[in-house]
Amino acid sequence: MMLRIRVFEEMVGALVTANEIRTPCHLSIGQEAIPAGICAALRQDDSVWGGHRSHGHYLAKGGDLNAMMAEIFGKATGCAQGRGGSMHLVAPAQGIFGTVPLVAATIPMAVGAALSAKLRGTDQVAVAFFGDGATDEGHFHESLNLAALYNLPVVFVCENNFYSTHLTLKERRVKDNIVESAALHGLKGVVLDGNDVTSVYQAAQEAVRRARSGAGPTLLECRTYRWRGHVGPAADLEVGEERRRELDEWQRRDPIAQCRELLSARGVSSDLFDCLEADIRAEVDDAVRFARQSPGPDESELLHHVYVSRRGV
Amino acid sequence: MRQLTYAKAIREAHAQLLAADPRVFLIGQGVRNPWYAGTSLQDLDKEFGKDRVIDSPVSENATTGAAIGAAITGMRPIVFHPRMDFMLLAADPIMNQAANWSYLFAGQVSVPVVIRAVINRGGEQGAQHSQAVQALFAHVPGLKVVMPATPHDAKGLLIAAVQDGNPVLYIDDRWLYEVEGDVPDGLYEVPIGSAAIRRSGKDVTLVATSYMAAEAAKAVEMLAQRGIDVELIDLRSIKPWDRNLVYSSVGKTGRLVIADAAWMSGGIAAEIAASVVGEIFHALKAPIARVCLPDAPAPTSFVLEQAYYVGAEQIVFAVEKVLL
Ligand SMILES: Cc1ncc(C[n+]2csc(CCOP(=O)(O)OP(=O)(O)O)c2C)c(N)n1
Ligand SMILES: [Mg+2]
Repeated sequence: MMLRIRVFEEMVGALVTANEIRTPCHLSIGQEAIPAGICAALRQDDSVWGGHRSHGHYLAKGGDLNAMMAEIFGKATGCAQGRGGSMHLVAPAQGIFGTVPLVAATIPMAVGAALSAKLRGTDQVAVAFFGDGATDEGHFHESLNLAALYNLPVVFVCENNFYSTHLTLKERRVKDNIVESAALHGLKGVVLDGNDVTSVYQAAQEAVRRARSGAGPTLLECRTYRWRGHVGPAADLEVGEERRRELDEWQRRDPIAQCRELLSARGVSSDLFDCLEADIRAEVDDAVRFARQSPGPDESELLHHVYVSRRGV
Repeated sequence: MRQLTYAKAIREAHAQLLAADPRVFLIGQGVRNPWYAGTSLQDLDKEFGKDRVIDSPVSENATTGAAIGAAITGMRPIVFHPRMDFMLLAADPIMNQAANWSYLFAGQVSVPVVIRAVINRGGEQGAQHSQAVQALFAHVPGLKVVMPATPHDAKGLLIAAVQDGNPVLYIDDRWLYEVEGDVPDGLYEVPIGSAAIRRSGKDVTLVATSYMAAEAAKAVEMLAQRGIDVELIDLRSIKPWDRNLVYSSVGKTGRLVIADAAWMSGGIAAEIAASVVGEIFHALKAPIARVCLPDAPAPTSFVLEQAYYVGAEQIVFAVEKVLL
């Protein structure tokens, strides 16, 4: 899954450079272990909620790769029929009810999905994916409190990549202590290496088990780094001198290379990796072909879907 | 006179205000990042220091609320929201607080804050990075709302907004940033509430806001070639708006087209149309036409964007319609 996200996003980056894709694309290259590790611990009927940087969340939760590529191309075959673009992905059957770029907007919605599961008496779990920047917003703190207060089955996954656009974490808060918000609001908080897919998976399993069994919400602060710029494929080296050094350091901790080493050490042959990679590349190439060949939305449908029918969906 | 771009004119207003008045400071997200602000705030942090040019966390509600608190206690803050959509997270401090305090406390407390929101749409950014919700704010008593369309007014209205004792929402449009025009050197004010006649004409009155005023200027040229003589009014302020100028123009032409690049329902154009009908109904020779956005969120796909946004072409069409 990590490799699928990587290859997909590298392709999107190249197509942005080639001006074939116009919609703003926020790439999660370098952060793939988080969606992969978290979603591996979820069921199809659990929900995930994301933001502007959600290609990985969508794929890891089971979203259709072709439909996302077509959406990014703005085509009628896209998951939002060309109305959304990269920042608005949706796949309700997979528990992805919408990702949106307003920072922190979906954190309370995940809490609501958890409340809904509780009221409906299901054992579904909701996961909120958000960045370190989102913890600057009141939504984050209010949501943690609500979730703890009503003991809701939600997992808050903070993908702490130490940047909110051009601003480092240090420029936005006095302490590097996002996880401490959990204890203050009375829920469990765990800090983990977001580039180690095994740790992410194990922490997710535990948090999901707790949520599902009624033991309450968890905040997982996954520490990671985005290799590309805030938006688009460039590296954003102009944000500060630190960035070059950090980038080198974090690239040595590539989540995919680390996972590959671990598997090789356990005897998985490199042929198998190569086969896997070739399959993924073929799948992504097919998706590009599919997106290119797909028709654009029809102008006459501009006003469709402003409302759903009175009965809802 | 010296020419500046719209973005540079905004920058110059900030720089001169910061230099002239120690009460002025700037706070908001991305104030030192061209991706957010274009050149409209370029290097102000270097010139005036990070204490007065504050690039904030992603905390629209707290930064706006804090600016209001600072304004109440003697400062003249300018809050920067790089997109109007993000500013909606600060609806409470703006609409419930800043707008009300003078009235609530019988004029004993004032809130001289400027809240700057950028409209930045198109480019396949979609529904949450494209909104132009000026009408929501113009609806609220206690707020003033300005929307400059030229470099001259971009500078003069920002200065007027900072000098005003009331909360002013200053809305600029990213699509105008590269427009060039005459800009006087020093500090000068464009009075809030006064519109400008950009071209006198006798056949139709065309009232336009912000970006649509620029589009309207193009439309007026096209129409002139067809022998249609349009009077173009750039509204500049949408709350309060220049009723007298609009009424006297419509009194002369008897026909009115209003162009505002925001949703039609409940918008500024509706307010102007209702006022004209209510006050000078007998002057009208034809129904009023509005050129606005369709009542749908901004789509992403380029194809749909093309169908969604309005400009000179739609204005020409509307003017011809009211002349039929
Ligand atoms: C409410 C709101 N404010 C500001 C923005 C502009 N913005 C888009 S992404 C972003 C950075 C968010 O940083 P973080 O949450 O850490 O996510 P990352 O980009 O690092 O994945 C900001 C400030 C926005 N989209 N929404
Ligand atoms: Mg971040």
